[in-house]
Amino acid sequence: MSKTLNLVLHIWRQKNRDSRGGFVRYEISDVSEHSSFLEMLDQLNEQLIARGEEPVAFDHDCREGICGACGMVINGEPHGPQKLTTTCQLHMRKFKSGDELYLEPFRAQAFPVIRDLIVDRAPLDRIVQAGGFIGARTGSAPDANSILVPKENADRAMDAAACIGCGACVAACPNASAMLFTAAKAGHLNLLPQGQPERTARVLNMVSQMDSEGFGHCTNHFECMEACPKGIDVDFIAKLNRDYLRANVESREVNSSDNSAG
Amino acid sequence: MKKALSFLETTIGKKVVMALSGLVLFGFVIAHMLGNLQVLMGPEVFNAYAIGMHSLPAPIFWGGRAVILIAFVLHVTMALQLVTRTAAARPVPYTKKKNERTTYAALTMKMSGLTLLFFVLYHLAHFTFPGVAMGAYEHLGYTQVYSNFVNGFSIPWVTALYVAAMISLGFHLYHGSFSLFQTLGLVHPKRNHIIKGAAQIVALTVTTGNIILPLSVTFGLVS
Repeated sequence: MSKTLNLVLHIWRQKNRDSRGGFVRYEISDVSEHSSFLEMLDQLNEQLIARGEEPVAFDHDCREGICGACGMVINGEPHGPQKLTTTCQLHMRKFKSGDELYLEPFRAQAFPVIRDLIVDRAPLDRIVQAGGFIGARTGSAPDANSILVPKENADRAMDAAACIGCGACVAACPNASAMLFTAAKAGHLNLLPQGQPERTARVLNMVSQMDSEGFGHCTNHFECMEACPKGIDVDFIAKLNRDYLRANVESREVNSSDNSAG
Repeated sequence: MKKALSFLETTIGKKVVMALSGLVLFGFVIAHMLGNLQVLMGPEVFNAYAIGMHSLPAPIFWGGRAVILIAFVLHVTMALQLVTRTAAARPVPYTKKKNERTTYAALTMKMSGLTLLFFVLYHLAHFTFPGVAMGAYEHLGYTQVYSNFVNGFSIPWVTALYVAAMISLGFHLYHGSFSLFQTLGLVHPKRNHIIKGAAQIVALTVTTGNIILPLSVTFGLVS
């Protein structure tokens, strides 16, 4: 028999974008220590449905820690207390029976609450649409070594590409800044040969989009890096700053009004 | 799709201006401290230093002041623009929020900045345009800075105010000087501990050096 937990949950309930939200207290017992955090919420929702109450709405998809859909702030920490772990991969053995947990949505002006713990993270998609891609058709996978990529660059690009776009960086930032996300998405492509032709337009347009979405500015608290389930380093923010400066110098070669990275 | 924001419209652009103007002010603060520490070498040296500064060729004297003033205005303007913008970025605050990495200096940047803004205005009214401000004393012009210095710091609450402001300056410089490297993209994982260590040493040196100045009058080292 595995151990079970009894918990007190204070969950942010909010009907829609326009309504005022508030915390509702729930008690849940007999939670298996082997269940994931989302399975614990599934268990709560089954009880709520059985009682004829509205289940708690939360985002989730793969439940394998790779899609970036899930995410909530658990006792003040985006994705909860375990480092480098998404909410879905957080397990209840990280908690103690009797714990009192506050579950809040990622809070930012740019992330309006859709319902309960679900927020609209479309601004992150629009930042990627502004330049976080390669415009040219690349066809099928190229022959190995036909485009040479230094090992260090490949590693660093991969570190940045690990970003799953969950938005925990925005949630953790005291300023609700999206710099770590934007830095990861721009940095990933700017490190690779395929990303070079569009790097100037990419950086200008992605930064521009980021600032148009109402995120705050970066003041180097580095809370984002602590919250990131993929461990994206704030060194990528420095790289974005560097690339942005360089892009401004080089911008005469870019027709920035067409805004597409292609 | 819409046109990209111009350099100064973006938060990164504004921060670059803050970093560069901050660098100018940083340099000024160090030079100012070193200049004023000459008070410990006696009235002749200190008065000669003030007279020497004023007898610099006009383009250097006024040009220098203009550069500092422009840097100050740019630094404050950009800070106000960024802070007001970001104040709207999280309308509903967290009920629980754990900060795990940030520092006291980083979290109080706005407060220390505002403190320094008011302090600079007071400091100018105190020594440069005297008589305007509270804590008035018999001011004898720049040729007699030594006696101005002693008279100015003879009032205990003025000394207390300077000490408090200099502690704010220390925190502001510590976070500001590391942030400068991050904003300009000059950090490197292999160098970051050096940058952070240097930021701590410089911030501590500037704070200590500047606190010695008013306290030297309090403790009778300068009289």
